[in-house]
This record gives sequence, C-alpha cells and structure tokens, in this order.
Amino acid sequence: MELYITEISKYVIALLMALYAYESFAVFRFQEEERRGGIYTRQNFLMLSIHFSCFMAICFETGEISYLFFYIFQQIVLFATAVLFHMIYPRANRLVINNMCMLLSIGFVILTRLSYERAVKQFVIVAVSIAAAMLIPFFIRKMKFLKNLTWVYALVGIAALAVVLILGAYTYGSKISYSIGGITFQPSEFVKIIFVFFVASALHESSTFFEVFTTAVVAGIHVVILVVSRDLGSALIFFVVYVLMVFVATKNPLYLLAGTIGGSGAAVIAYQAFSHVQVRVQAWRDPWSEIDSAGYQITQSLFAIGSGGWFGMGLFEGTPDSIPFVEADFIFSAVAEELGIIFAMCLILVCISCFIMFMDISIKLKDSFYRLVAFGLGVTYIFQVFLTIGGGSKFIPLTGVTLPLISYGGSSVFTTVIMFSIIEGLCMVKQDEEKEERYVAKKRAKAGRKEKTGKKEKDVKKEKTQKKENSRMADRKIKDWNESEEE
Amino acid sequence: MKKNRQSEQKKKNMPIMTVTYLFVAVFLGMMVYICHYSATHKQELINNSYNGRQQMLTAKNVRGTIYADNGEILAQTVMDEDGKEKRNYPYGNLFSHAVGYATHGRAGVEALGNYYLIHSNSPLSEKVANDMAGEKYLGDDVHTTLDVKLQEVADHALGVYRGAIIVSEPSSGKILAMVSKPDYDPNMIEEIWDDLVEDKESGILLNRATQGLYPPGSTFKIITALEYIRENPDTYQSYGFQCAGSFSDGADRINCYHGQSHGSVDFTRAFAKSCNASFADMGLKLDKSKFQDTLDDLLFNQELPMEISYNKSRIDVSEESTNGDMMQIAIGQGTTGMTPVHLNMITNAIANDGTLMKPYIISSVENSTGSVIKQFSPSAYKKIISEQEAAVLTDLMQDVVEEGTARKLKGMSYTAAGKTGSAEYNKIKGDSHAWFTGFAPVENPQISVTVIIEGAGSGGDFAVPIAKRIFDSYFNEE
Repeated sequence: MELYITEISKYVIALLMALYAYESFAVFRFQEEERRGGIYTRQNFLMLSIHFSCFMAICFETGEISYLFFYIFQQIVLFATAVLFHMIYPRANRLVINNMCMLLSIGFVILTRLSYERAVKQFVIVAVSIAAAMLIPFFIRKMKFLKNLTWVYALVGIAALAVVLILGAYTYGSKISYSIGGITFQPSEFVKIIFVFFVASALHESSTFFEVFTTAVVAGIHVVILVVSRDLGSALIFFVVYVLMVFVATKNPLYLLAGTIGGSGAAVIAYQAFSHVQVRVQAWRDPWSEIDSAGYQITQSLFAIGSGGWFGMGLFEGTPDSIPFVEADFIFSAVAEELGIIFAMCLILVCISCFIMFMDISIKLKDSFYRLVAFGLGVTYIFQVFLTIGGGSKFIPLTGVTLPLISYGGSSVFTTVIMFSIIEGLCMVKQDEEKEERYVAKKRAKAGRKEKTGKKEKDVKKEKTQKKENSRMADRKIKDWNESEEE
Repeated sequence: MKKNRQSEQKKKNMPIMTVTYLFVAVFLGMMVYICHYSATHKQELINNSYNGRQQMLTAKNVRGTIYADNGEILAQTVMDEDGKEKRNYPYGNLFSHAVGYATHGRAGVEALGNYYLIHSNSPLSEKVANDMAGEKYLGDDVHTTLDVKLQEVADHALGVYRGAIIVSEPSSGKILAMVSKPDYDPNMIEEIWDDLVEDKESGILLNRATQGLYPPGSTFKIITALEYIRENPDTYQSYGFQCAGSFSDGADRINCYHGQSHGSVDFTRAFAKSCNASFADMGLKLDKSKFQDTLDDLLFNQELPMEISYNKSRIDVSEESTNGDMMQIAIGQGTTGMTPVHLNMITNAIANDGTLMKPYIISSVENSTGSVIKQFSPSAYKKIISEQEAAVLTDLMQDVVEEGTARKLKGMSYTAAGKTGSAEYNKIKGDSHAWFTGFAPVENPQISVTVIIEGAGSGGDFAVPIAKRIFDSYFNEE
C-alpha cells in the first residue's frame, strides 16, 4: 500500500510542479496584475498540493506521523504569508510572493527529509523573517531618504565584512560568520542588500566616470575583504552585481566590457595567488581523478543528480546525505535525486520566473534609484542561483554559496525573504508613480480641452472645483480597483 | 512625439533587457546541460565504486540473472545454507572472463550489465507482494548474445594453452563466444581472490580477448596490404618480388618465417604465403602520413566503439619512423600491440562489406516477469573501408585458405577466408604466438573467429585447426 502511494506520488509531484512552473510563466501573458488573479489562485492551490503530496510521501515512507504536525505548522505559515501579504498590500505583486512561498515549501520538504532538527530551526527563522518582511514594503514606500544614504551604506557594509574578517570564526577554511549570544550570523548575506542600495544611491543621479570610479573603489574593498576571508562565492556575486549595475546606470556597454576584462584578469590573478582557487578549478575540470580529495563533493553531487532520473528516487529513497554540506551548498542535488530531474528543472524555471518579474518591475520604475535597486537585487538573486546550481552540477567551478530560500542557513533565507519584500515595496512605488502619471496626464488633457474652448474668467472657479472632483474621482477609482482586486 | 518617447524608453531599458536575456540564455544552457549529463552518465555514475547508491540498491534488490542466447543460466543469485545470498555460476570456469564476477569489483557482463542487474523494474504489484512477504525485489535479468555450444567448443579447442578466442557475427557485431585462458572458477572468487591478485605473473584476471596486447605478426599484413592497395590502386596487381628468405635495407634485415624462401611472388601470393620479405619491401614504399590516416580509420591508438572494457591497440607510425621501423611495422612486429577483439572487428568489417558493426554482448534486459525493459539492437559504427577494398581483401584472404598458410580450412562444406600469423615475441629463441583471424562462408559471412595461442608456434599449424573446430561446430560439419 505504502509502495503504491510513494510510487504514484513521485509522478503526481512532478506533474504538479510542472503545472506550477507553467503558471509562473503564464503570468507574463497579461500586462495588468488584475487579470492574473486566476493564475495566482491556481498557483496557491498547486503549491498546497505539492507540499501536501511531499509530506504524504514522507509520512508513508518513514511511517512517522509526527511529520504531519510539522507539516501543518509549515502549511499555516506559508498559506498565511500568501493571504496576509495580499491583504495588507493588495497592490503588491502576487507572483513574487507565491514563488517565494513555493520555494520555501520545497526547502522545508527537502530539509525535513535531510535533517528534522535543522528543518525546525529553519522554519522558525523563516517565520520570523516573514513577520519582518511584512513591514518592509511599507517602509520602502515611505522612506524616501533611502536614496541619500550612499556613504552610510558603504561604511556599514565594509564594517560588517571587516568585523567578520577580524573576529570571525573559520568554518571549513572560510571566515564568513561570527556569533553573538549563540546566534551565528553570516554578514556577507545582509551586506548584499546594503551593497545594492549603496551602488544604486551612488549612481542614480549621475553616473559619470567620477561616480563610477569612486563606487568602484568601495566595491573593490568589499570584494577584496571577501576574497581574503576566502568567501569566493560572495566576492564573485558582489563583483558581478556591481559591473551589471554600472552598465544599467550608464547604459554604456564599454563598462560591461571593462568589467569582463577586469574580472577575467582578477580571476587569473586569484587563480595564481590562492591555492584554494586552484584546487577548486582543478576539481571542476577533472573531479574523477581526485575523487578521494578535492573532487569528492562534486562527484558525490553528480552521483546524486545522475541517480534520480526524470522522476527521482522518491523522498527518503535516495542517499543525498552522502554529499558533504548537502543541506546548504548542494541542496539542488538532493532535490534532483529524490524529486527527480523534471522537478529540479521546474525549480530552476520558478527561479527564472522570479528574476524576470524583478526585471519587469525594474523596467517599469521611473525613478532611477528604485529602478537600480530592483535590478541589483534581481541580479544578486539569480546570479547566486546560477553559482550554486552550476557549481553542484559541474557546469561551472564550485564556489560554495546557498540556493536562496531552499538551502539551510538562517542568514541566507532571512536576507532573501527581505529581498523579495523590498521588491514588493518597489512594486508599490511603481504603482504610486503610475498613479501620479495618470493623474498628471488627465489634468493635462483637461487643460488642453479648456484652452480650445477658450478660457473665461468665471471658469477658473469651476475649474478648481472640477479639479477637486477629478482627484477625488481618481482616488475612488483606485480604491475601487483595489477592492475588486481583493475579491 | 510618442514614438520618440517610446524609442527613448527602449534605449533606457536596453541594458536591463540585455542582462535579462543573457541570464535566461545561460540558464537554458545549464538546464540542457544538466538533463543531458544525467541522462547520458546515469550508468557510469551508478557503477562508480565511490557511489554509495550501489549498496543501497543491492540491499533492496536481488541481483538479476544473466542468460545465454538460448536461455541457459550463466549467473544467478541463490541462497546458501545460512540464508545468505551467493552468486552462482553453473558453468564454472567456462564463462569466467565473458561473464566475469561481481564481488571484489566486477568484470565481464557482471560489470557491463551491473546497472540493470541491481535495478528492479518488477511490476508494482509484484513489489507490493515482495514487501508483504518481507522479501527483496527481484533485479532485472540480462540476456546475452553468448552461445554456450560455441563457447564450449572454443574452450576445449584452446585446451591448456594460454591465449584467447573471440567468435562474433560480422553482420550484427554480436559476440557469440569469448574465451581467455588461463581462467578461474568465479564460484570460488572469494576463496581464490587473494591468490589471483598476488599472482602478477600469469594475469589470470586479464581478459586476453579484449585486454591482451599482442604483436599481431602476419595478421597485420591485412592492414599493410590494404594500405598498399589504397596507395597503388591501379598497379598493386602487378607487384612482383623475388624472395630469397629475407629482405635487407642497410643494417636492417627481415627474415621470412623460419627463413623459408618463397621465390618469385606477386601480390596475392605474397599475402597467401605470408612472405615477410615482400611485405617489408612494400612497407618501405608506403606514405607514412597516409598510412597514419588508414590506421586512424581502423581504430589503432583509439577508443573502440564498445562497452566491454578493453585496451587500446598501439602502433607507432610517424614521419620520424625509420626504414627499420617501417619494415617491422609492415609485418606486424616491433612495438605494435593489438588486442584480439580489435583484430576481430577489422575482420568483421571486411566480412561485412566494409561496415564495422559495434560489438555487443548484452542483447536485452528483462524484468522478473519477462517483459523487455531494454532491447539492444545492432548498430553500425561506420564504414571503415570501402566495399571494393573489402572485396579485394576477402579475395586475398580466401587465397590464404585455398593455397596459402590456412589450407587446413580448405575443402570444407563452407568456404572460409582468413589470415594466419606467427608473431615472434622472443627474438633469440624464435618463439611465436599463433594467430588466425577469418570468417565463413565467404559468400555470405555468418561468423568470424579470431584466435591467439601464446607461444604455440606458427598460426597455420596451431591456430587454424582451432578456428576450424569452431567453424565445423557452427556449420555442423562432421
């Protein structure tokens, strides 16, 4: 009986996930958020079904009912997130929040399977992060001064990274974390957000060579500290985010070229200067000849990816625990092994869907600061996804970063949840801009018509009342629209 | 005005669009890569000894059975007195190299089919029944192309000699029999393992048919002849040589077998009589770079298109090769090393109008209830020689049987074509390995046989009779 359920659930889960991935792209067929309502509802339903099927499989496979309680807690938090967020911020983008919940639920499932204890810990952190995230969009919308804190961001970012370098503990050869009161922080995660704000605020008004140069110095300090701390993955993320943000701010492809050349040069120097870089590259080029040592992780990861097949071994049926650090750096391999290649590919598609939505929001923003922030966060997110999945599948050398929202790691998941909520805030900024624009356009049209008919003295008063009426109408319209959306 | 603003907008969005497309493209590339990698490397990954999933699978499934072509069981898992699983090989030594072993690493079909043997594709209902009974699932069964009767004949024919025999079907690449001696009893592998590993001299665990590198001796004249024909398509038939039992160039000297002088020979006769002197003479006339190309075509120094583990044949022809080297190479001596299976593949290509079929030994995989899970069908590697060349070489090889060194195959109910070789491996004593490679019937080749007997003497005296016993058995002669 169990066998029927676990076998069938494999196919069901893969199918549901494929449908979810499809819906997360179907969204882009419609330009207006209000026309996407049906898709979002279907997504929520699919998300619940996938989460439920996975936990059913876990319960039947292990014979432990206690997992069900944990499942219920997870389900409540995820469902509440999707619903509450929409209630508090009716005009926020629901795709972003849905995808976030979907990815979090996959993370819960696979972490529960790998280590119950860690999954519980992760769950608590996620719950706290989401509670914090609920407030973020409000602040982003209200706090206009965020644009002007350029050097504050720079100082805070560098200080946070430097503290780790000086005081931090070495974990597996890298200095990336330090502990306060028993809680371990990994500041490079939070600094990612601060760094994006720094570059955006430095370049949003003007991006002449002078600004680019000064920000380059600050960015360089970030990267150097990270390289010295041996956190190569983060160093690479900061570098790429910086180069691409400069490219967007200046619209000058030469910076992209310069960045590529500079990056390649730096990579060559790093390769020659640091033995651990050489080890990584060697392990990427031919992991099989060093299967005992440097190539062990990556070969074990490849075994996992290769053994699952299209539909996976089934939860608790594979042996992803044979990969060192599977719950952080190689979580994708565990997903591929137990839930299958189809599921894993759909997971990547959901990540891409998030990225495209971030870029879409960025493009629609008028204000160049917010535009740059949205773009920078989007790139930070997708490039990290690329590094971890590409590294674990031997597509690129291994850098040891987490898969956002899925991997185990409090700082990582907290940062990513905050990132997603900042995007939601930006989404509302975007709508404020649109509202303003519509209002201005309407006013202009009205004024134009007035001129044609010939403006008379006595009309001025009329016009004033008319204007009031107009703005009231506009407000009501928006209100109506909000209400209809809530339905 | 509006258009202007739109194009301005477009320009403003260009960098973001560029970056978006870039990332999407990179991700699509990565997804294709991951799918392709996991689909194509599945077996290789599972079979890696560092992959712990093997143990998991063997704990879950009973290793499947290996069958011969006619359904005889070659390897099966049985329970011993203590209720422990044990691998049983009903034919003992007979298939030791072909079927191999599955403990202390793996060899033969046990290695090749490991992926299938440890996986179970039993129907779900069957698995549920197993679960209920607290039994393991039944692994999938592997059906081979091996023919028990031919294997027995080949095994007996080789007798106590060391060496290898490989019998295959040129039109499909099916391996029908594969014998390598010395052999061992795979049932006893646990007990004898330490001795086998310590004993470095005899190389009992080496499958000589696919891994043994031998000097090809005169069998290599097939390739020298092919190259000479390629370079002299219009004039090779008028080739003539006066053989006085040896050929010299400066200080380098090549003798015919046992110093025999063949008198005046033409191309066909030089081949049939295996005249070393005339082939050494031809060797000097060959264009080294063209010869290299031909050797590449024939898979020397290259990976062979087959799954069974093998060694690459090696030969060293380059612009730097001296005359002395070329004379040695032309008659298959010197540093050249060739595996019997490689020679058999070239023979098969000649028998099959120039097209080399990929050799294979697993014909199908079935689950415990007999449904076919995977079917392996013959597949062509490519045409390694032209049809005309294959026809000319067949004629030459037929003359070897009709009036040359393989006359012992003459006058049978079937017509055979082949080439003998006596590969010297000990310069001082003149000891040689006896070779034969050939096929039958000439008109419509059905099987090919390649034989090597270590240190026996001349190919015509020792290898040809063994090949004859195999042909006789196959064609029901006697």
